[in-house]
Amino acid sequence: MSPAGLGRFLARRLGIGAVLVVGITLVAFVLTHIVPADPATANLGQRALGDPAIVKAFNHEYGLDKPVVDQYFIYLWKLLHGNFGISEQSHRPVATDLGQYVPATIELALFAIVISVVVGVGLGVLAAVRRGRPVDSVLRVVSLLGVSMPTFWVALFAFYLFFYKLGWLPSGGRLSPGLQPPKEITGLYTVDALLHGQWSLFVNALQHLILPGIVLGIFTVGTVLRFTRASVLEVINNDYVRAARAKGLPEWTVITRHVMRPALLSIATVAGIAFGGLLSGTVLVEKIYSWPGIGQYAYNSAVNLDLPAIMGVSMVVAVIYILINLAVDVLYSVLDPRIELR
Amino acid sequence: MSASGDVVDRAGTGPTAGTAGPAAPAQGPVLEVEGLTISLRTARGLRRAVDGISFSIDRAEILGIAGESGSGKTLTALSVLGLLPGGARTGGSVRFQGRELLTLNRRQLREVRGKQVALVSQDPSTALHPLLRVEVQMTEHVRAHLGFTHDQARARAVEMLEAVRIPDPEAALAAHPHQFSGGMRQRIAIAMALACEPALILADEPTTALDVTVQAGILRLLDRLRRERGVSVMIITHDLGVLSSVADRICVLYGGRMAEYGRTGDVLGAPRHPYTQGLMRSLPGASEEGAPMVPIQGSPPSLDDMPAGCAFHPRCEHARERCRTVVPSLRTLPGGRGLACDVDPFGQADEGVAGMERP
Repeated sequence: MSPAGLGRFLARRLGIGAVLVVGITLVAFVLTHIVPADPATANLGQRALGDPAIVKAFNHEYGLDKPVVDQYFIYLWKLLHGNFGISEQSHRPVATDLGQYVPATIELALFAIVISVVVGVGLGVLAAVRRGRPVDSVLRVVSLLGVSMPTFWVALFAFYLFFYKLGWLPSGGRLSPGLQPPKEITGLYTVDALLHGQWSLFVNALQHLILPGIVLGIFTVGTVLRFTRASVLEVINNDYVRAARAKGLPEWTVITRHVMRPALLSIATVAGIAFGGLLSGTVLVEKIYSWPGIGQYAYNSAVNLDLPAIMGVSMVVAVIYILINLAVDVLYSVLDPRIELR
Repeated sequence: MSASGDVVDRAGTGPTAGTAGPAAPAQGPVLEVEGLTISLRTARGLRRAVDGISFSIDRAEILGIAGESGSGKTLTALSVLGLLPGGARTGGSVRFQGRELLTLNRRQLREVRGKQVALVSQDPSTALHPLLRVEVQMTEHVRAHLGFTHDQARARAVEMLEAVRIPDPEAALAAHPHQFSGGMRQRIAIAMALACEPALILADEPTTALDVTVQAGILRLLDRLRRERGVSVMIITHDLGVLSSVADRICVLYGGRMAEYGRTGDVLGAPRHPYTQGLMRSLPGASEEGAPMVPIQGSPPSLDDMPAGCAFHPRCEHARERCRTVVPSLRTLPGGRGLACDVDPFGQADEGVAGMERP
């Protein structure tokens, strides 16, 4: 694929993505506004609610007294200028809030997806190569447990075991109390700490990542394991794998080069979808492990009917989804030269 | 009943007479298969798929193994490489340059595969890896077996692509298999097989997936390679027409057993086994002028339902009572021929000739 062709493809897909985002604003806006609840009730105290002047002032301040259609276009117009509105909770611009919380979630989700893809693919290949043997049966149970254990239960259990009983891992947060976050470059503490050469800070950040990251990734491990096993089995009986064996290549080379390469195509699809799933899983995991990411932010916004914040989170998640899908499509053409991006 | 002992004098026989060239020294055969049996694990237990096959291939010789699907021809080739499906059991002996292959461990087998015995598969569109560049596929085994550096292996790949007449080998190395036509892909697959300079190439239906016009080119290529490089070739096919032009000797299999073998001109010129006869008659245009094409009635037996006696008897118009119960033994005939038919309905003329040869 030529660089010019890739550029054209990216431009086109990003254009479509922009249209998609506008559509999503509409859906999100309609959904949040048909909820039969009143933001004023959720945000104002008992006494303030009794005062019609205060309620009116509140509604006016957040534009809630205008017709819904007008509200939507005002929102869209502001969005176009990078203005997500003011959060009714934090009283700060939603954009500022997101800038603070999004990197935390990205770090957590990336950690979870990398761990679960590495583990899931490794175990999946093992299950396929040892098909029908005891290892395969054990791994079948593992993947079944992975996909069927509810995240909230795993989260609480792991919390109880590794923090409360064993004391191996911290209970939550991104860093131990008293530690200063590294100077921001990417917003991912582990990466920034490494970039600044702050080794102990990196270790501390990593320790805080392990528990929520693994809990978040367990479901994905199960999914990736099953998909990997299936796609490896599909590939392994191909003529070209027999041809590779007939060439006398070591089995490791046959598996990693000749079998894994085609299998990665479908694994990339699953991992892309799984990453999206992880983002919604963060709501629960971040709540339990007090991880200051958009999951918690979304939760707090939702229970308080903080409409600008809810809309902001929806936007961010939508954009991440679109970018992941784009990345998976580009990855396809890298993995398979027969796929042309159009 | 072994054919391996028959030292075939190729002089003056068939279209490939004298092609072994002066370089062929008087040494043992490259491959000797004796009494090979292969049993496969099926849903109903172990079933014998190959039953007592024996043949040999000399240096720079092309041996044709002919038979329908299920005759055991591909299994025979895979057993040489130790690539039989899991659970398969083998018996008898397969010797490559005097070395027994059936008892090798995995590491020893890997040394043979690709380096000394190479495989060319039926369909180059599935046998070449679709996602790996030709260069990777053409050099990986050279580097693994011969310890070549990247540059040496690349030079070898270019040399081999030139040997199989691929125009612009450098460009071919950078390309992926899907960018070539079927015939070109098969040439690349053959070049890949040649890359470690093996003594033997097993070509499993090398032309079946190709156009008829391309087929002839591939066969000429194999013929040229054995003359120029002294490589021995085993061509496995269901198409006797493919063998007629290049094979020195032919071995016809049916139901996992040998039906007939001998020099190509003899076997195709005067087939003795009713099955070979049937194969010849079912070839369009290969039988006598104006003779109609007659397909063999019925279909080949399956592993789970192998007939008693001669495996071919349910489809044989010459079958007698004896054929239903007794497995015909492989008889050696004059002229390095072998036949496993107790009725031998086409034998009279040949027996006469053989009779005259007696002192």
